[in-house]
Amino acid sequence: MNAPPAAAAPVSAGDPAAGGPAARGSGPDGRWTPYACLAPFFVLFLAFGLFPLLYTGWAALHRVELTSPTRMEWVGLRNFSRLAVDEFFWNALRNTVTIGLLSTVPQLLAALGIAHLLHHRLRGSTFFRVVVLTPYATSVAAATLVFVLLFGRDHGMVNWLLGLAGIDPVDWQNGRWSSQVAVSTIVVWRWTGYNALIYLAALQSVPPELYESAELDGASRWRQFVHVTVPSLRPTILFTCVVATIGATQLFGEPLLFNGGAGATGGADHQFQTLGLYLYEQGWVNFHLGRAAAVAWTMFLLLALLALAAGLAVRLSRARSAAREGGR
Amino acid sequence: MRSRTRGAGAPDRPGPRPRPRRPRRARRARAAALLAGALLAGCCAGGGGDDGADGRIRLTVGVFGSFGYAEAGLYDAYTRLRPGVVVEQTSIARNENYYPQLLTHLGSGSGLADVQAVEVNNIAEITATQADRLVELGTAEGVRKEDFLPWKWAQGTTRDGRTVALGTDVGPQAVCYRKDLFARAGLPTDREEVGRLWAGDWRAYLAAGRRYRANAPAGTAFVDSASGVMAAITGSSALRFYGADGTVVYRSSPAVREAWSVAAAFATGGLTARLQQFTPAWDQGFANGTFATVSCPAWMLGYIQDKAGPAGRGRWDVAAAPRPGNWGGSFLVVPRAGRHRAEAVRLAAWLTAPAQQAVLFERRGSFPSASAAYAGPSVAGARHPYFGGAPIGAVFSRAARGVPVTILGPKDLVIAQNLADVGMLQVEQRGEPPGDAWRSAVRTIDNALDR
Repeated sequence: MNAPPAAAAPVSAGDPAAGGPAARGSGPDGRWTPYACLAPFFVLFLAFGLFPLLYTGWAALHRVELTSPTRMEWVGLRNFSRLAVDEFFWNALRNTVTIGLLSTVPQLLAALGIAHLLHHRLRGSTFFRVVVLTPYATSVAAATLVFVLLFGRDHGMVNWLLGLAGIDPVDWQNGRWSSQVAVSTIVVWRWTGYNALIYLAALQSVPPELYESAELDGASRWRQFVHVTVPSLRPTILFTCVVATIGATQLFGEPLLFNGGAGATGGADHQFQTLGLYLYEQGWVNFHLGRAAAVAWTMFLLLALLALAAGLAVRLSRARSAAREGGR
Repeated sequence: MRSRTRGAGAPDRPGPRPRPRRPRRARRARAAALLAGALLAGCCAGGGGDDGADGRIRLTVGVFGSFGYAEAGLYDAYTRLRPGVVVEQTSIARNENYYPQLLTHLGSGSGLADVQAVEVNNIAEITATQADRLVELGTAEGVRKEDFLPWKWAQGTTRDGRTVALGTDVGPQAVCYRKDLFARAGLPTDREEVGRLWAGDWRAYLAAGRRYRANAPAGTAFVDSASGVMAAITGSSALRFYGADGTVVYRSSPAVREAWSVAAAFATGGLTARLQQFTPAWDQGFANGTFATVSCPAWMLGYIQDKAGPAGRGRWDVAAAPRPGNWGGSFLVVPRAGRHRAEAVRLAAWLTAPAQQAVLFERRGSFPSASAAYAGPSVAGARHPYFGGAPIGAVFSRAARGVPVTILGPKDLVIAQNLADVGMLQVEQRGEPPGDAWRSAVRTIDNALDR
């Protein structure tokens, strides 16, 4: 889903319809210029965004195999109804939720804290900001492969450190919770800095007078954080929550590679198989494109439901606070 | 394929600025054409075989992993033989990524290399579902059925008798073992004697493992993984996952049950290093010497040499497996959608001919599927210096001749993978009772086979 806008940028830059400065301005020519400028994005979006989405929905209603993708056999909603009794789907859904919570919550909390620290006058602040963003710039594959070694059972560094502390080695790969914690660690490591920078950007638009008056009122650093920083960041926090939730639902690369290259099973007991991984297994290991498409659409619908619920909650809380204000 | 994106770049940029009074319609049309061009170039580039400016034919060979053709100098040799042809190779590291892409490309008839490789676990699906998209190679000039192992030839042949895939290498099995660890555990170290320890029966291999465990050097196990043992045993029987009529029979197949119970005995008896094959931890196991034996198809020798490194030199040796079996090996196919079919057929026939297979064995250790190559000195007399000068030519040709004709089926890979990575892994690494783990594997396989 991320690809089309990214791919659109270079094309629109070289698009002749955008014209030089000469083409802009008054006259009948100018009326169409914005549309022409937007066209590359929309053409790419139609080709690589909307069409695949709709086609996936159509495929989800059929029995389609990768061995002959053009032969489609109508099965109605069976691919969806069978998910209700598919133990592997429910397992993947549970894992997605737990890994999502295990990664999103610490990630955002840590990001908030780091942003708060970076916001202060700091020697070499640019250096720290770059360092914080570095994990985001590494590739999932490279990072995960390193983490696989770190979390190794026999020769891993994490177990070595635990051993120094007198704790028995943990079989990170095979336990349900240990494996999910390990996968979440990779996600937290990669995304905390990214979120911290977003928070930092938002923090810098908070008027300093607020802090000054809070200080005059004798508020401690912590109280400033709770009563000034967090309220002024609320829209940003909502944004990062939404983005992190979408990311958590689509989590794929980390659990795939955490398996050490042994396929999309997500561990011997599917203990860290996420929905994205199950989708991949159905489509590209078992070759059942129709079933995979149904999983994809179910994920999409789940996200839509989640967004709807979040929107309602926000509106409700806003209405309630408005009523409170009005009552005063 | 990855390296063939040259044509996919952005189209030529227009001049610095469009002329001011160009008619609007024309400009828009040009924009649309450019966009369409960019899109088309993006999705359709990579069709095989752009011919070079020098008028030579450029053939592409698509492989997974490392086939060793380029490394053994075979492509260059072919160009010397036929100066009008240049061969390029595209490679994807893992078959599990390569094969779905190959299917997609075959289905759409685009993006294919002129010659493509197929792994043995996928060959039944290819001959059953993709034969119409492939060129028949059995009748090609210079291809002789009698040159190949009969079972290898049969695997590349469809039910109606068209041979669409030619065998490259096979994986006849031996057992690689650590002489130093065997000596410290009080077991014989001479390869003949070691072979006699378990000759004829995989349960004798289990018994040897128990003997090893009684005096095992600290921190070592007899074998790397239970799944490796299971794969070796299933590879040494004719009937495994599919019946002769094409039905899935793995649940009741005696060979699979036998393989399962022996491998589970290894796991529950603490005879394995509890490693999963082809994972980084397994590689570390070779380097750190944490296991004394590993099931060893011919192609595994190079892997061990890479992972165990110079420190393992002279410590490893090769003994005969309890029963001859096959594990792995590949084929070459020529898609009909290719642009230079005749040339591609010629190349595929040449690469799989006995002489070239012998070269590949000599330089890379891939064991020939062309049995006509076995008599030649470069195969029959081959010894491996890293493995204590073991007579690998003799060991592997004997194993290859004794391999039973295994009945293959389209979903061999899915079944084998889940038996190993779900079923046996649960026994070995999570300590589940074998019965529960078996049921768990069966549920996963049922779900995977149900379309």
